[in-house]
Amino acid sequence: MYRSLFPRDVFAELDRLQRDMSTVFDYSPSIRGFGRGGYPALNVGSTPTSVEIYAFAPGIEPAAVEIHLDRGVLTIDGERKATLPADDGKTTLHLNERFAGRFRRVVSLPDDIDPATVTADYADGVLHVSVKRRESAQPRRIEVQ
Amino acid sequence: MNAMTPTAPAASREEAASVRQEAALLPPVDVVEDATGITLYADLPGVPRDKLDLRVEGDQLNIEAELALAMPQGMTPSHAEVSRARYRRAFTLSKELDADKVSAELSQGVLRVRIPKAEHAQPRKISVQVR
Repeated sequence: MYRSLFPRDVFAELDRLQRDMSTVFDYSPSIRGFGRGGYPALNVGSTPTSVEIYAFAPGIEPAAVEIHLDRGVLTIDGERKATLPADDGKTTLHLNERFAGRFRRVVSLPDDIDPATVTADYADGVLHVSVKRRESAQPRRIEVQ
Repeated sequence: MNAMTPTAPAASREEAASVRQEAALLPPVDVVEDATGITLYADLPGVPRDKLDLRVEGDQLNIEAELALAMPQGMTPSHAEVSRARYRRAFTLSKELDADKVSAELSQGVLRVRIPKAEHAQPRKISVQVR
């Protein structure tokens, strides 16, 4: 497929650069690196009873994604098929920013999770994995006698 | 970016910031052109159909969308790569494109927009006279 000589909008690129710069300065280094700009993007949050992982993975086959939880490390891997048409000699690719191919993201989860309670669903291009915390680790109110 | 307006006093800079639109994520796109039109794909994960606002104004194609994630109550974020709840991106259409016939579909976080070329801009083969 023929690519344009200037495939990307300069202003869009500057915008992207600025955004990347602003996110770089508020991170705390992890042994698994930045992870930013990867596919899928991950958001992780926690509640007193669970850990919630959101993987922003638009346009994938949910059946083709594998989620593993091994020794407190959650691995999401799969493949995103390219949506671009095959080159027939008459198409021009002006912009090509979307990810295609195999991906894998790894997150380490807190120690108090219960590996038997992983649930995952996929909606609007977001893969949501929820892991419950162990009963014994959940906050309890202790009555004073 | 600020280097471009080094003389702006702080007050007017603040005003400018409030006039400017709310910060948004820039969705990655693919744009493919074929003989009959242009197809645009944009990744908008987390956007349900009713939160997508796609419009053509003049020669501008504007994509504006809001993330709607079902999050449990009382969740505290511990790591966020998607830190804003809005996507925005705009493109300028060229005159041979037919802005009235734009069609779009949103499926699993991927927006596909088809912009056909106007009738008069459809390809014609021009035969070369040989003398």
